[in-house]
Amino acid sequence: MQEALIDKVSDSDLGALVKEDRVHTSLYNDEHIFKLEMEKIFGRTWVWVAHESEVPNPGDFVTTHVGLQPAIVVRDKRGTVHVHLNRCRHRAATVCEARKGNAKGFVCPYHGWSYAQDGSMLGVPLPKGYSSDFDKADYALVSLRVESYAGLIFATFNDEAPSLDEFLGRAKPWIDLFMKQGGGYPVGTSGEHKFRFPGNWKIQLENTTDAYHFPIVHKSFLNSLDAQAEELFSFLDGDGFVEDLGNGHSVMVMIPELVDLEENLDAPIPERFKELAEELAADYSDEEVRRIVRAVGGSGFNLNLFPNLACSMAFFRVLRPVSVEETEIRHIAITMDGGPEAANRKRLRLHEHFQGPMGFGSPDDAEAWERVQRGSKAGPDMWIMLNRGTDGDGNGPGGVNRGDVSAETGMRAAYDMWKRMMTA
Amino acid sequence: MTQKITLEEAAALLWQEADLLDHREYDAWLNLWSDDGIYVVPIEKGVEDFANRLNYAYDDGEMRRMRVARLKSSYSMSAIAAADTIRTVSRFVVTGERSNEIDIRAAQILVEYRRDKTRPIAANVDVTVRRTENGLKLVKKVIWLAHSEEAVSGVGYLL
Repeated sequence: MQEALIDKVSDSDLGALVKEDRVHTSLYNDEHIFKLEMEKIFGRTWVWVAHESEVPNPGDFVTTHVGLQPAIVVRDKRGTVHVHLNRCRHRAATVCEARKGNAKGFVCPYHGWSYAQDGSMLGVPLPKGYSSDFDKADYALVSLRVESYAGLIFATFNDEAPSLDEFLGRAKPWIDLFMKQGGGYPVGTSGEHKFRFPGNWKIQLENTTDAYHFPIVHKSFLNSLDAQAEELFSFLDGDGFVEDLGNGHSVMVMIPELVDLEENLDAPIPERFKELAEELAADYSDEEVRRIVRAVGGSGFNLNLFPNLACSMAFFRVLRPVSVEETEIRHIAITMDGGPEAANRKRLRLHEHFQGPMGFGSPDDAEAWERVQRGSKAGPDMWIMLNRGTDGDGNGPGGVNRGDVSAETGMRAAYDMWKRMMTA
Repeated sequence: MTQKITLEEAAALLWQEADLLDHREYDAWLNLWSDDGIYVVPIEKGVEDFANRLNYAYDDGEMRRMRVARLKSSYSMSAIAAADTIRTVSRFVVTGERSNEIDIRAAQILVEYRRDKTRPIAANVDVTVRRTENGLKLVKKVIWLAHSEEAVSGVGYLL
C-alpha cells in the first residue's frame, strides 16, 4: 500500500501539503494537522467573536468560542468590550453558561470566586484560608486582545499579531460596502440559524467564495424564485469575479450591480420587493423607500475573512471548528436597527427561505460538505483540486489574483494564508 | 349552529397528518390545510410574535406549496438523502375552544434514521383545527423543538 504523504512530512514541512493549485486530502481528516491549526491559526490570528449590536449596553455579554476555547464577550460599564476565557482561575469551571444576557460580573458556581466585567477578580469566599501572599491581581480571568472594525469584534491570543486594521487590509473597503445594507440604519443582528455538519472546517471556508457549485447544489432554491430573481441568481455568465484580498481574505462578486447599495437608486423595484415598497410608501418618502428596498436583498457579494467569518449577502456566516471532522456553522440574520418593521420582516423571511435546517439552500450545502468529508476517506494520498481560474492569478488590477466569478481564487487565497501560518 | 370539534376528531386529524408526513404524501398533507393557515418552527422558546422573529420555518400557503414542490423536485440532494421518519403524536390537551375551532397541545416524538444513525427529535406541538365546509382543516401548527436553541442540523422532511 502506498505510504500516505502526511506520514512523510514533519511539522516544519507542512507547506508541502499545499501547492499552488491543490491541497492534500489529509488537510480534511488528519487529527494532528487539526491540533496544529488550533494552535498556529486560531491561537495566533484575529478570530471574529461578535457583532457590536449583540452587546450594545454595559454588562451585555454573549458566550462563544475562540478556536476550541470557550470565551465570553462582554461590554464593561465604561463601554469597553472584553473577551475573556470562560474559565474560573480556581478549578476551571465555566463562569457563564448562558448564551447571552446582561451581568454585573461573573461568579463561579463551584466555589464562588467572582470577577468583574473587565475580568479582574472581585473576591473569593473565606479568603483567610489562603496564605498571606494571595493577591487577587494574580487571578483575573484570562483576557484576549480585542479590536473591532465597522462593528465587527475580533479577538486574538497573540500580542504580537499585527493590528486588526493591518490584518483586514484590502478587505476593509468591502466591509464598508457590506454595511450599507443597513439602508441608512445601523446594521443589527436578529437571531441565527446554527447547525453542525460532520466535516472539516475548511470545507465550509472554501464554500463562501465558490460560485461554481451554486446552480447545481441550489437548483431547488433557484426553481422556487420568480423569473426575475432567478435571473439575478444565475450569475455564472455575468461580469462577477473573485479577488484575493490578501491575508487569506477574498471577495466573490456575484451580482456587480448590487455591490454598492447606495447607487442606482432610480432603478425599477424588483418584482419580489414590490409589495414591500407599497407597504413602506405609506410612511416613507420615495427616496427612502428605494434605499431601504434596495438594501433588503443584501449585498451582491460574499466576503470571506480568514479564518472564521463570512459577510454574505444579508447575513454573517461564522464557522467554529469542533473537531477534525465536525464543524459548527452560524448564519446570523442582519436587520436594520430601528428600521421599518416591514423591511426587517422581509429580511427574516428571505433568511428563512435559504438558511437553516429547513431552508431551501443550507441543507443542500451541508449535504455536499458531508459528502466531501466522506469521499475524502477514499484515496488518502490524493489531492483536492483548486485549479479553476489560475490564469487570473497575478493578472487582476495592480497585479492581484482575480478570476471570473466561478474561479477558485478565494480558496487559493485562504490556503496560501494557511500555509504561511502553519509553517511560520 | 356549528358543531364543536371533539378531541377525538382533532386527534384523528393529527394522526392522519403524522401518517401522511412519515409516508411523504405531501400533496395530501397540503390538502389538510386551510389556505390561510400558518406552519411555524420557531427558534426561541416562548416567542409569540413569530412574524417579527427569525424562525426555522414560517410558512403561509404559498410557502408551504413551494416547500412541498422542493421536497418532491428531485433537484435537492438533501431532500433526496433525507432521513426516514417514524413519529408518534400523543399527550393531547385541549388548550382552547371556539364555535368552529379547537386548540390542542401535544407531544411529538419523531425518530429519524439516516446513514447508520438513528436520532430522536422531541417537540411540543400547538395545533389549531377548524371545521369548514370541506371538513376539518389545520389553521395553525407550531412545532417547539426541544433543542431549537442549539445546533439543529438539516431536516430534509417535514416536522
